Amino acid sequence: MTAAATAIDAPRRAFTGSIKRSRRWALIASYFFLILFAIFFLVPPYYQLATATKTSEQISNQNTNPWLPALSSSAEGLNPGGANAAKTSLATKAQDSWMPAALRGAWANVTQLMTTTDFPIYFRNTAIVTVLVVIVTMLIAVPAAFSLGRMKFWGSGMLATGVFLTYLVPDSLLFIPLFKVVGGLGLLNSYWGLVLVYPTLSVPFCTWIMIGYFQSIPKELDEAALIDGANYIQMLFKIFIPVALPGVIAATIFAFTVSWAAFVYPMAFIYSSDQLVLTAGTITSLVKADVYQWGMIMTAALIAAAPPLVIYAFLMDYYIAGLTAGATKG
Amino acid sequence: MANVALRKVVKMYDRTEAVRGIDLDIADKEFIVLVGPSGCGKSTTLRMIAGLEEVTGGEIFIGGDLVNDVPPKDRDIAMVFQNYALYPHMTVFENMSFGLRLKKYPKAEIKSRVDNAARILGITELLDRRPRQLSGGQRQRVAMGRAIVRNPKVFLFDEPLSNLDAKLRVQMRTEIKKVHQTVKTTTVYVTHDQVEAMTLADRVVVMNSGVIEQLGTPQELYHSPKTRFVAGFIGSPAMNFAPCTLAEAAGGGLSARLSEGLSFKIPVSRTQRYKPFVGRELIFGLRPEHIIERRGELRPDCQEFGITVDVVEPMGMETMVYFLVDGSEVCARVNPAAAGEPGQQMRLVAELGNMHLIDPQTDAVI
Repeated sequence: MTAAATAIDAPRRAFTGSIKRSRRWALIASYFFLILFAIFFLVPPYYQLATATKTSEQISNQNTNPWLPALSSSAEGLNPGGANAAKTSLATKAQDSWMPAALRGAWANVTQLMTTTDFPIYFRNTAIVTVLVVIVTMLIAVPAAFSLGRMKFWGSGMLATGVFLTYLVPDSLLFIPLFKVVGGLGLLNSYWGLVLVYPTLSVPFCTWIMIGYFQSIPKELDEAALIDGANYIQMLFKIFIPVALPGVIAATIFAFTVSWAAFVYPMAFIYSSDQLVLTAGTITSLVKADVYQWGMIMTAALIAAAPPLVIYAFLMDYYIAGLTAGATKG
Repeated sequence: MANVALRKVVKMYDRTEAVRGIDLDIADKEFIVLVGPSGCGKSTTLRMIAGLEEVTGGEIFIGGDLVNDVPPKDRDIAMVFQNYALYPHMTVFENMSFGLRLKKYPKAEIKSRVDNAARILGITELLDRRPRQLSGGQRQRVAMGRAIVRNPKVFLFDEPLSNLDAKLRVQMRTEIKKVHQTVKTTTVYVTHDQVEAMTLADRVVVMNSGVIEQLGTPQELYHSPKTRFVAGFIGSPAMNFAPCTLAEAAGGGLSARLSEGLSFKIPVSRTQRYKPFVGRELIFGLRPEHIIERRGELRPDCQEFGITVDVVEPMGMETMVYFLVDGSEVCARVNPAAAGEPGQQMRLVAELGNMHLIDPQTDAVI
């Protein structure tokens, strides 16, 4: 009896052992690559942050390590020059007593960015454009995805593929014909032109994402809703959007990112600074010929990156939560 | 409360016919079960009654109204799906009241209806939970609750118990029967499980490849199947079939010869019916429960015969004994005490009053 039991147990133990071992190796390998990726992706933002704490003089100083934030403030280093030099140095002097050098440098960059450039206007314009683009995108993409993903009609499959194909045309090719279109509509040099043009990037991809999410919803759910007396609009708003919320949020995040970070279109269509957005505005106002104001550029980039970060962090919980759990037998 | 009628209903998918001209009358408050193997068209038929599939040909009436072109929501039906189809983002209360809320019923009315349905199903304490917090059986109850609160003309069930484990399935089966006895609504129920069909139905519709093979009460289907398919489909374990030749017996009457050494004497009451088939190759059918061990005196129309046991399957309260008759495997249902060992000789009794003869050319029971 015992002999038989061991005979049966022995190979099983060896088997679980090998599973454990291969699992350990898989873990080690995945940690290795995850750490590698984390370093790869975190170095640029770190470098931004370190540079944003320095003045132009500190940045061009060959004797300091460019990888470290400003450690000490050489007095002359905190004189960024320009029209507001006196004001800035006054401000820094008042905080001299308690602020560490890095914070003082960063603060100087921020105040200068906010007071001497049109950065606040760019930020406002970007926010307006992005909010409008997200709204327009979702108003088009959600119903489009619903009809393409759920209501079978002649050509719906081909249309869905076609929608995705339009996304594959890069904006660096599209901006020339679109320039004519935007110009023809009299929207050149106006951020309203961007509100019109950005959805050409965001709508196809958002539609594509949501077609996938909508198709993953079990067919019986809309049949149950149909029998319960819902029409297609009610089905969309009361069943599909709530159930596919992770997909809708993923699409929203995408539309937000596309329109927040778009570069080619504003660069091509906008030229006066009261209409510019963050990406193009930062470059045009902080890079003059071959003079790069690196401290302010990095500060601007960091501030510009903050809203997407906040939104990701806020929506990530919804994004991950599997809301379809429990709808049907898993 | 309504009757349902199907007239020559046809459903085509591209060029294949899923349902091939079905006529069916379902009385008010009747519990009808459509049963058959997968792909027989039973679910398609149900979905056409629900309005989820377009009718290719024929007419469907609910409560006397032609509903071919009426959308599902206006047919006044409720459906319970195999995978429950609960709305995952709503609580049980919201799930059950969804249809009523869409129809803008007053709040108090909705609450009383949901409470009532929840009481019938014993899910009152679950009303605030979400579907993912429920077990399979509880989800199934909620799905039924969603149907009950609507107080529809017809209940449609599409294999509602297939996703439950065996024990829960039996329990919920009883539950469904109880609910039907309480609510008394016309019900069409689709299943591939013939036990479910027999236990639940007032009348069973056996379907096969898009047509109705037979319609009848569970007892009718069991005792007088009309085709070989129904004979083999209804009953578990399935009816035994063995080829035989029908011949005139020496002392008058008829006998079915199954093999060199085994002939069964046909009961006198059947002689007239079978006479035209004398000399023909037929299929002899007899259920396992009608091949038993000898219990005292041989009753009329019973015949004792000897076999060699092939396989023995103890079930507890009875034992299945398998043996070969001229190459065909035959199952007998005997008392555990009487069952022999594989390879042993055994005497069994065939209750020939329950036998069937099938014409292999038409597959009809004669």
